[in-house]
Formats: sequence, structure tokens, C-alpha cells
Amino acid sequence: MGLKLQPSQQQQQHHSVAVKVNEQTGTKRGYTFIQANRAWLPKFLLLWVMVMAFLSTWIYKKMDADIKVRRKEVLSSMCDERARMLQDQFSVSVNHVHALAILISTFHYYKNPSAIDQETFAEYTARTAFERPLLSGVAYAERVVHSEREEFERQHGWTIKTMQREPSPVRDEYAPVILSQETVSYIESLDMMSGEEDRENILRARATGKAVLTNPFRLLGSHHLGVVLTFPVYKAKLPTRPTVEERIEATAGYLGGAFDVESLVENLLGQLAGNQAILVNVYDITNTSDHLIMYGHQNQNGDLALLYESKLDFGDPFRKHTMICRYHQKAPTSWTALTTAFLFFVICLLVGYILYGAAIHIVKVEDDFHEMQELKVRAEAADVAKSQFLATVSHEIRTPMNGILGMLALLLDTDLSSTQRDYAQTAKVCGKALITLINEVLDRAKIEAGKLEMETVPFDLRSILDDVLSLFSEKSRNKGVELAVFVSDKVPEMVMGDPGRFRQIITNLVGNSVKFTERGHIFVKVHLAENTKPVVDAKAETCLNGGSDEGVPISGAHQFKTLSGYEAADERNSWDSFKHLVSYEESQYGASVNMTVPGETSQSVTLMVSVEDTGIGIPLIAQDRVFMPFMQADSSTSRHYGGTGIGLSITKCLVELMGGHISFVSRPQVGSTFTFTADFGRCKKASFNDTKKSNTEDLPSSFRGLKAIVVDRKPVRAAVTRYHLKRLGILAEVAGSVKIAVSACGKNGSSCGSKIQPDIILVEKDLWLSGEDGGLSLRMLDWKPNGHVFKLPKMFLLATNITNAELEKAKAASFVDTVIMKPMRASMVAACLQQVLGIGNKRQAGKDAQNGSLRSLLCGKKILVVDDNMVNRRVAAGALKKFGAAVECAESGKVALKLLQIPHSFDACFMDIQMPEMDGFEATRQIRMMESQAHEQMNGGGIDKGLAGKGEWHVPILAMTADVIHATYDECLKCGMDGYVSKPFEEENLYQAVAKFFQV
Amino acid sequence: MLGLAADRLRADTNRLLAFLFHQGILDEQFLQLQQLEDESSPNFVSEVVNIYFHESEKLLRNLRSLLMDRELSDYNKMGIHLNQFMGSSSSIGAKRIRNVCVAFRAASEQNNRAGCLRALELLEHEYCFLKNKLHELFQIQQQRVLAAGVRYPMQN
Repeated sequence: MGLKLQPSQQQQQHHSVAVKVNEQTGTKRGYTFIQANRAWLPKFLLLWVMVMAFLSTWIYKKMDADIKVRRKEVLSSMCDERARMLQDQFSVSVNHVHALAILISTFHYYKNPSAIDQETFAEYTARTAFERPLLSGVAYAERVVHSEREEFERQHGWTIKTMQREPSPVRDEYAPVILSQETVSYIESLDMMSGEEDRENILRARATGKAVLTNPFRLLGSHHLGVVLTFPVYKAKLPTRPTVEERIEATAGYLGGAFDVESLVENLLGQLAGNQAILVNVYDITNTSDHLIMYGHQNQNGDLALLYESKLDFGDPFRKHTMICRYHQKAPTSWTALTTAFLFFVICLLVGYILYGAAIHIVKVEDDFHEMQELKVRAEAADVAKSQFLATVSHEIRTPMNGILGMLALLLDTDLSSTQRDYAQTAKVCGKALITLINEVLDRAKIEAGKLEMETVPFDLRSILDDVLSLFSEKSRNKGVELAVFVSDKVPEMVMGDPGRFRQIITNLVGNSVKFTERGHIFVKVHLAENTKPVVDAKAETCLNGGSDEGVPISGAHQFKTLSGYEAADERNSWDSFKHLVSYEESQYGASVNMTVPGETSQSVTLMVSVEDTGIGIPLIAQDRVFMPFMQADSSTSRHYGGTGIGLSITKCLVELMGGHISFVSRPQVGSTFTFTADFGRCKKASFNDTKKSNTEDLPSSFRGLKAIVVDRKPVRAAVTRYHLKRLGILAEVAGSVKIAVSACGKNGSSCGSKIQPDIILVEKDLWLSGEDGGLSLRMLDWKPNGHVFKLPKMFLLATNITNAELEKAKAASFVDTVIMKPMRASMVAACLQQVLGIGNKRQAGKDAQNGSLRSLLCGKKILVVDDNMVNRRVAAGALKKFGAAVECAESGKVALKLLQIPHSFDACFMDIQMPEMDGFEATRQIRMMESQAHEQMNGGGIDKGLAGKGEWHVPILAMTADVIHATYDECLKCGMDGYVSKPFEEENLYQAVAKFFQV
Repeated sequence: MLGLAADRLRADTNRLLAFLFHQGILDEQFLQLQQLEDESSPNFVSEVVNIYFHESEKLLRNLRSLLMDRELSDYNKMGIHLNQFMGSSSSIGAKRIRNVCVAFRAASEQNNRAGCLRALELLEHEYCFLKNKLHELFQIQQQRVLAAGVRYPMQN
């Protein structure tokens, strides 16, 4: 963030438009830009809104103006149309009046006598009135000079009257109407010259010879506004270019008609569309200062803002007319423009807001992202720190704890009172528990960090199981809990895997079981995972097992067919299914004793291990968090039984690392059965024999071929016993009671039908204790001397725990040669048998555990120790010498190089990593280089056959280091080292590292 | 009488060792060292410890001269010496000395002269203390050997 702020200051100068564009084009430039301008985002939004508001206003104005222009255009076109029509109609009428004038001049004056009288004229005009729709009527007035007045009056029989219908006063001229249309007959004999308007009209008409119009005035009849049209009629034909005087002279009379303009225009407008919308006024504008209205109301309301003027030409050059149009209503507010602009604004607002929102969101997401990244880095750092802390702390705790334990051991060596000894012992036990816990926590941390790697070495599963069981034998014996293990014969003798981890899993599970079980049994069963399925359909093929089952009725209704007779949580382990497994193997075992497993071709084998107990079980509510670390069933559990609850979670992790999964079935107060699967590699026969000696205890083979009868009523337990005997090569049969066993022997004595000639009879303690069998066994004892048995079968008593009294009783009974304490282990059984049968122990080689084996590994080996520190050198040399190795020392990498010049006789080299001048890595690299050179030479020259026979030069180099961080180990391997040992030598560590190279 | 003395000597050894462990002067590595002692190398521990003393005295001398001689001390060289010292100390299980070395090294890495001087003084002090105690221990052990040697023919 801090980095980002700097550029943002500079970029604030950016032009806002550019910014806008960028925001609109989306977030392609994205990160830096938006992030850089984050402070400006609200301002951008505001600016955007303002710009958009301005834009929408502009749009509104534009649209409004458009509408106004269109309105104006409509108005003008309508106005023009109206004016043109009016003009046309008017001129048609004028033309017709013209025609009338010609008619009169032709028939009234040129004919003599006149062909037209009032009647004819009236008739004619009435019949042609349709031609002049605009004229209310036409009349003809004759020009009468004052001198002719009397003559005229006499001729017509009436006096000339003025407009006011009075006899006309004396004038120069008169224009009395002589012919008139019927509609205007009331003006006959009126002197047109008496009216001001008419007089002017007449004078102008005869001077111009054209139709002339009066000012608009109210017409006599209708009181509508109108104009009078006057046309001169000439007596004689005029010259082509007559002067005014000539015209006046030639004038005979005047034809006039009144135009009812108002009704004219009204009619006209009525015919046209859009009449309602516009308001039309027609003006006479001859006098520019005073417009005379011809049509329409002067003060009519209308849209005063907009008017249109059209010129009218009615054919009278003297008069000017104009038509003015305007709309009735004011221009309506244009909703379309308004809504368009508004919507535009709204849309832009929304778009702006969306972009703003997006930008804000991007900023937020980026912020979050950075925060998360930072947190991630911190979390990772914390994780690393945690694992380092754990490693360090547990190491640091282990160191003083070792001190404490060491001192306690020393303390226990001293003279202590029994109380003190007890205290010290307790302290030691607690300390050991603490160390175990620390190791577990460290394991857990390692697993979580994914740093736990599984070994792949061949190991004997059975002996490991025996070991684990013997670990817990003391505890289980004290509790009276039966502890047993059964491994299916199909499980290979040696498998490839991590024995330590496997042991850990089993120890955890069995330890838990032992902890929570007060009665009954704990039963570990191992078989191939594939076996579980076919077991079901494997029908009972055995006769002997079945027979013994029937032979001994189960006493007590509550007996279950499990190991100890207590109910177990998982039914699968009960005899009903178990016997199939056993019998299935039985048949196979019979076929091939050397345990060649059919599916041996496959590289891996999946084992299913189940640990069954009859303990308190797991409460239902706690069952789903059993595998969670530090979770025990409830807090009271830890109070009762102790423990941290980390064991099962580690177990689960380990099982998963072994490629399997773990599950359990548990019923409270009944027990739990933990079942897990794990993948192991099959062991190749070749490597089998080499490694066998190193980490398995060899079972004596001297019992091979012996036969035994196991007297046990509980089939599962019998099967377990048989399994252990079988491992010793002893063929065992199961009998339900001593009686059956005895009878088997007896049968053998009488008829040789059965192949059983038992050498050993093993009797379960609880069976023996029940009186009936005891009696029977005595009888058998009685029978024994009588029989012709060449070899008496030895009797053994099998017991989980035995009281002294019982022991005495057994000894007294003396039919039992010895007591074998459970849990059974092949080696222990072997020891007991050896003791009793006296079979020579050929392989009792001194076996002081690893010490001896380490000694055997290192004995006689020549080893180079390279360390600059004299003390370290001395200690390392001392430690190695102790195991019989010949040690030579070098105080620097260079000296080591010199010593390791080929050919040399060293078997291995221990190399310190931190040395001045040339450190361990460098020295190793050089040694390896030297070796490869030597190798090449050898290959090239092929001289030294002796060396070639020895194989390639590769002296095992082991790093000695004080820190056992994983990275260092990787580094070691990278520069060609073969392994490492942590600096203060520990035997086990050393053994593991060395074992890879020196195999006996 | 002699048997009693042997017991007393053993108790003394144990007490002394317990003290050394309790004070954190030694750690379990020393026990491992003792375990390496057997018939073939009866004086292994004292041999190693003597080498350790010899080396350490040299190192301490060097460190002091490095710190004293020049104003600008050679911290690199000091670090190498300290590494050596640390290695040998942890080998014989001289835990407290090792811890002081760690502090010393930290100070030298920071070129903190005052800290180095303080650490050096502490180191010398610890060293002397350890030397005294170990000498005491070896003396007792020698007496024990003598006592055992005396007792042996008597039993026969």
C-alpha cells in the first residue's frame, strides 16, 4: 500500500476526461490506475453526474427546439395554404364579376335598346350565383351626371336616393343602382356615390379600370365584416393604352358586389383540416399604421409567441392584405423530450454509479487481496516459526528431561529408603511420559508440516506385533485382560514399510484399549484386506472345528463367541466370521506349508488390522471427534485415564500416510473395534534373507514337525494359540475339552486312523479350573502310564494371570508341566517349550540388542573422521572405536582429501559440515569428483582389474551436524553425501545411518 | 572401611554430577561421553576433557587478544573461534559455556564490542568454574579407581 500511495499523488493531475474514459472502458488497466486514484473516485462520480446532467439538459433543449421549428413550419404551411385558397376563391369571384361587367357593357350598352332589364339581370345573376359564392350579391349602378339626373329620374320613375334613403342632394355625379340581384334588391335606386367608401371605390375603379376593394366594414344586411368590390363598365371600347381621363370619360357605370369576408373565410377554414388548432386573422394593411381587421377577433387569445403572416393578393394593387395565423393553444410542454432527457440522465447516473461501484469493489477486493497476501505471508511465517519453535522447544525440553531422567537413574542407583525410591521411580515414570508426549507433539507437528517421511524397509510384522503386545503384557495381566494377536497366514512374513510407524500405530491403539478396558480381552487381528469379502461366501468346510464346536456346549447364555467370551462391538471379529477366515487358511496351509501366497505377483499388499477391545467404549456423542487432536471423549475421561488425546489423531495421520484409512465401531459399555488398512510393499526374496537377521528375532526352528492339541472351548482363542504354535512349525489341533483331547490320543493309541500323535497338550486355565475337566485330566494322567505311548505328551497350562494358589494347585496336579503366561508370543512360547522339552537351543547367540549389531556392523571397519574441532574429533573417534571400528582422524577437508586419494582403504567417512577453509560440502564434492575421475580412468584404461572387481569407488560419506533441519539434510544429499548423523552420537541414529552401508 | 570409602566416593561423584546437571553446567552429552569409557579406553573422559581444556584456553586467549588488541576487532575471526568453542563444548556437554558462546556470537555478529567483552568475561568465568568442577570430579574418580583397585585383591 505504501508503495502505491506515492504514484497516486502524481496521477491526481490527470485530466478528468481521460479519467472518465478510462473508467468507462472498464478495468483493463485495472489495478494500478483505479488503485492509484482511489481517493478521486467519489469526485469522478460527482463530475460524471454533473456532466451527464448538463448533457441531458442539452438534449432536452435540442429536442424542444426541434419541436418548435416543426410547429412553426406546420403553422406556416397551414397559413400559406389558407391564404392561397382564399386568394384563389376570391380571384374566381372577381373574375366572374368581371365577366358580368362585360356582359352588362355588351348587352346593356352596345345593344340598343338594351337587352337587359332589371328582371333579366336579377334572373341571370340569381342563376349564376353559384359562381360567386363569396358575394352576397351584385348590383349595377349607372353613372349619371347631374345634368342628366332629371332625365334619368323621369326615365326610371324614381328619384336618386342617398344611402340614408333620402332624396339625394345635388352633386356632380351620381351612381344610382339600376340593376341588382334579388338578394340586394334593397339598394336599388340608392346612389352609391353617397357612401364614402363606395364613392372612393368608384373613383378608383374607373380610373384604373380594374376591380377595386373597399376597406372592410360592416355590411348593411348581415353586419358581417366585408368589403365591396367595384368594377367599372365602359361604354365604348377603350383604346389599348387609355389614359385616366379617357377611362373616366368612357365610364358608363359600375358593377359592385359585397364580399362577406367573414363568412367567406369561415367557410373556407371549415373545409380544411386542423381548423381547430389555428387561429386566423385577415387584415387590410393598406394603411400601414392602422391595420384594419377583415376577419377574426382582434383580441382573441392565442399563442402570442408564435405567429405567421402570409401575403394576400386580391387583385387590387392599391390595397394590401395579409393573413396572420397563430395557434389556438400555447405550445404544449414536450413530454417526449423531457422523458428522453430524464431517462438518459437516469441511465447515465446508473451507469456511473455502477462503474463507481465496480471501481470501489475492485479497490476493496484488491485491498482485501493485499491484506490476505500479507496475512498469508504472516501465516506462513508463523507456520514456519511454529514448526521451528516446536522443534526447538521440544528439543530444548528433551535435553533437560534427559538430564532429569539421567539424574533420576543415578538417584535410583544410590541408597534410598523405599519411600524415596518410590518417589524417584514415580518421577522417572512421569518424566518418561512427558518425553513420550513431547515426541508425540513433535510427530504431530512433523506430520502437519508434511515432513514426516515413511521409510520403506523390510520388516517382520509378526514380531513387531509380539513386541507391542509384550509391552502391554504386564498391564493387561494385572488387569486380568486377555491380550492376543492373530496374523493371517496369507500375510507375507516380511513386508516393506515403516516398522517404527507401524509399531507406533499399533502401540497407540493397543495402549488406548488397555487403558480403557477393565475386563474381557484386547484382540489384534491382521489379515489381507481382500480376505474380508470372500470370507462370507466361504462355506464351512472344516469338520474338526465344527465338531469341536458342537462337542462343547457353550456354558452360560451370555457367552459370546469372541476371544474372551465378552461381547465385542464389532460382530465381524466373532467366531462366526472368523472361523471362515481361519478355515480358509487352513485349507491353504494344508496345501502348501511354505506359505506361497497366490497373489504374490502384485507389488503391494493391503493389510487390514483390527484392534478389538471390550472396554468402556466411546460415547456416541464423542464418536465423531475421536480423531481430532486433543479431544477426548469428555473431560472426565482424561481425569480418569489420563492422556492428551493426541494419540489417535497421530494414528490417523500415520495410517493415511501408509495409504490406508482408519475407522472404528464402538458401543458404550460394550467395547470398541478400531480397524485400519495400510499398504505395504512385498518383499523380494533376495533382500529378504539379508535384512532378516538385522531386525527380526529369529524363531527357533527346532520345533518343526511337533504336534499339539490345544484344549480350549473358545474357538477364537484357540485359533490364536494355534497361530502362535504354527509360527513355531508346530501342527496344532483344537479340542473342545480335555476329554476330547484324551480321546484323540486314545484313538491314536488304538487305531492309526488319525495322524495325531500329540507331543504337547495346551490347556486353557479357565477350562482346567472347572472341576469336571480337572477330574478328566486326572483320569488321563491315570491312563497315561497304562498306555503304550512311547512319548508322553507334555502338558502346558495357558493363563492370562494366575494366582499363587492356582499355581500351587497346578503344580500339585502335576499334569501341567509348566504355565505359559499370556499374552502369547511365539518367542516366549518357544522359550517355554525349550525349557520343558529340552530341545537344544542352538541359536542362543548373545544378542545384546542394537549395541551388538552396531558392533557387528562397524567391527573391523576403517573409518575416517573429519572434524576441525579436536574435542569433537576425539569424541567421535571414541564413540566409533567403542563399536570396534578402526578410526583415523583428519582435522580439515584438505587432509581428508589427501587421505582419500584413490586407492585408499577407508570404508566410510564421517564429515563435519562446518569447517574453516573447506567445509564438509565442498570436501565431499571434491571427493566425489575425484572418485568419478578415477572411475573414468579405470573404464578408459581397464588396467586395474583388482579395483574394477571391487566395483566403483564410492566411499560412504556421512555428514555430522549439530542441527538436524531438513534443509541441511537436503543439502547433504545434494553434494553427494549419503546420510547424516546428529553430532553428539546417539547409538540408534548412528546405527540407522550406518546400517545402509555395512550389511553383514 | 575401604568399601565404605568407595560408596562415599560414588555418592560424592553423583552429588557433584547432580549439582552440575542441576545448575545446567553439563547436559546429558557428558553422560554419553562417560558411557564411551570402557576397558579399552579407561581414561577416555578425562582425556577428551583435557583436550577440551587445552583447546579452550587457546581459543579464550585468541578471543581476548582479538577483542583487546585493536580498536577494530575482527568479528569474523571471532565468529569462527566461537563456532569452534561451541562445537567442542556441546561435544563434551558443557551446556552453560555453549549458551554463553551463543550469546557471544550474537553480540559479535552485531559488532557489539561491549557485549562481546561482557560475554568474554562471563565465558572466562564459566570456563574456570567448569574446569574446577571437572577437576574435582576427576579427582574423586581417581580416588574411586584407587579404592576399587585396592578392594579388588581383597575380595579374591
